[in-house]
Amino acid sequence: MAIVAQTSKYGKTGRTILAWAVGLLFFFPIFWLVLTSFKTDADAVKPEFLFFFTPTLDNYLNMTENYDYWRFAKNSVITSVFATVFGLAIGIPCAYSMAFNPSRSTKDVLMWMLSTKMLPAAAVLYPMTFLTKSLGLFDTHFMVILVLCLINLPIVIWMLFTYFKEIPKEIIEAGQMDGVNTWGEIKEILIPLAWGGIASTALLCFIFCWNEAYWTVRLTTIDASTLSKLIEGNRAPEGLFFGRLSAVSAAAVGPIIVLGWFCQKQLVQGLTFGAVK
Amino acid sequence: MGRIVLEKVTKNFGDTQVIPPLDLTIEDGEFAVFVGPSGCGKSTLLRLIAGLEETTSGKVLIDDQDVTEISPSKRGLSMVFQTYALYPHMTVRKNIAFPMRMAGMSEEEQNKRINAAAESLNLTDYLDRKPGQLSGGQRQRVAIGRAIVRDPSAFLFDEPLSNLDAALRVGMRLEITEMHERMQTTMIYVTHDQVEAMTMANKIVVLQAGVIEQVGSPLELYHKPRNKFVAGFIGSPKMNLIESDEAKKHGATTIGIRPEHIAVSDSDGIWKGTVGVAEHLGSDTFIHIHGIDGCDPLTVRAAGDVSFKHGDTVYLTPDETQIHKFDDMGLRID
Repeated sequence: MAIVAQTSKYGKTGRTILAWAVGLLFFFPIFWLVLTSFKTDADAVKPEFLFFFTPTLDNYLNMTENYDYWRFAKNSVITSVFATVFGLAIGIPCAYSMAFNPSRSTKDVLMWMLSTKMLPAAAVLYPMTFLTKSLGLFDTHFMVILVLCLINLPIVIWMLFTYFKEIPKEIIEAGQMDGVNTWGEIKEILIPLAWGGIASTALLCFIFCWNEAYWTVRLTTIDASTLSKLIEGNRAPEGLFFGRLSAVSAAAVGPIIVLGWFCQKQLVQGLTFGAVK
Repeated sequence: MGRIVLEKVTKNFGDTQVIPPLDLTIEDGEFAVFVGPSGCGKSTLLRLIAGLEETTSGKVLIDDQDVTEISPSKRGLSMVFQTYALYPHMTVRKNIAFPMRMAGMSEEEQNKRINAAAESLNLTDYLDRKPGQLSGGQRQRVAIGRAIVRDPSAFLFDEPLSNLDAALRVGMRLEITEMHERMQTTMIYVTHDQVEAMTMANKIVVLQAGVIEQVGSPLELYHKPRNKFVAGFIGSPKMNLIESDEAKKHGATTIGIRPEHIAVSDSDGIWKGTVGVAEHLGSDTFIHIHGIDGCDPLTVRAAGDVSFKHGDTVYLTPDETQIHKFDDMGLRID
């Protein structure tokens, strides 16, 4: 008799419940954050007002009126967009070269790139601070873009490399036979074929840039500060103003959550390295 | 024009030499087939001509011009790949137009050539489809169409029919041969299938371990194989190679006799054996016979209506004029 795998009805329901539970567990901090942002600082620390309280927009009004939210948001957009664009501009040719013209050391180069992610950022804090100050680049958009681009480049190249490896080499060779140069191969064949992967990579890179806090807090003061700096700046020495801090945090993560929501299909595809067939 | 000359070409992958120094000339308008077992270097050789692999040393000349250092796109050759290598994001029309667009050809001329190619390859109804919506045979036709429109000095085919089913393969084989007859352009075709080599080529290049074993017309290779390897590789079913006292009687280390040059009888003959398997193909019967000293099993090609079966005793008589003799180095003795 043929053996057929049986899927138990209860097993399926159990998995669904588990998935929802995990999902809610991850979502809860965000939910709490948003909830708290509508409380006064006094209500925010009182357990009895956890769910039932008088909502207020004061924190948001205060944030936009007194803390110049839009300037920080603008800086976040500028630095994240440019760092992503530059990351792709460098990453696409790099990944193309390693995927289609590998040398003996390609694997070593890839591992080396990844190994740079293992370096604790704090280890290079002083050299970086001195370097940026002595070059006159401290607190400039250029410096923030450069740092964000460089710290994400290994991930960008790895992701793109994995996508490009899925494209049959013969298609690129057919392009060579058909008379295209290297730039033509990238523009006419590679980018259209790997478009999904490139978009996923760009999205992920943008999210990483947006959320980056270590360097954006330490290498900026006013002019190039991003939303991370705004959150950090709302940490008062006498204690945390939870309502205010929650509003700032919610406004900082809000755009990226909305972006992620709209692009979730692309993101899942990106993280599972969907193949081009 | 499309005369291709390889001069002392070698290719190393790391420390391994896959093509030892090799000389070869393919004349303009020839249909040359590179044939040999897997890993013999035939595809590498084709890729060296295409420019997709760099030569380690030696020269590649196309129409007397040294193209060794020239990129594939500037060699004026077209290539058809085993996996079709169509651009999946483009329609058939755009796939075929691609090389012309890259060459900056006018749209009017592009359309003229696309329509002509589509008509000759029966693709007119599929021009607006994407490769994913086509069958294997249609995809291969698109790949050929894309190669034709460039008007290349030579076509390179890298096992183009390997991914097709048997019936389609025969049809496409005829189409490519007819295309060559019509266009009279140089074609270099790589295959491991000796039937394709025999039926399509003007010139067959038999390769083993990167070395050319023999170059010649199909019938030259069939009638006068230069060594045991070529003798065994060309012809279907394979030539029977006998190494025993029978060979010594003919003054050779090995003798070869093709299955079609042995007469089989149930009553009299020089060699006696027992039928192992009889394969009835209708037009022919391939009988595999055991018990022949120095060659087990020995294959005989008999008429389609013979009725030998497993275990029957048979008597064989080789045609003495068709016996090939080879020395202890495996080379032909004339």
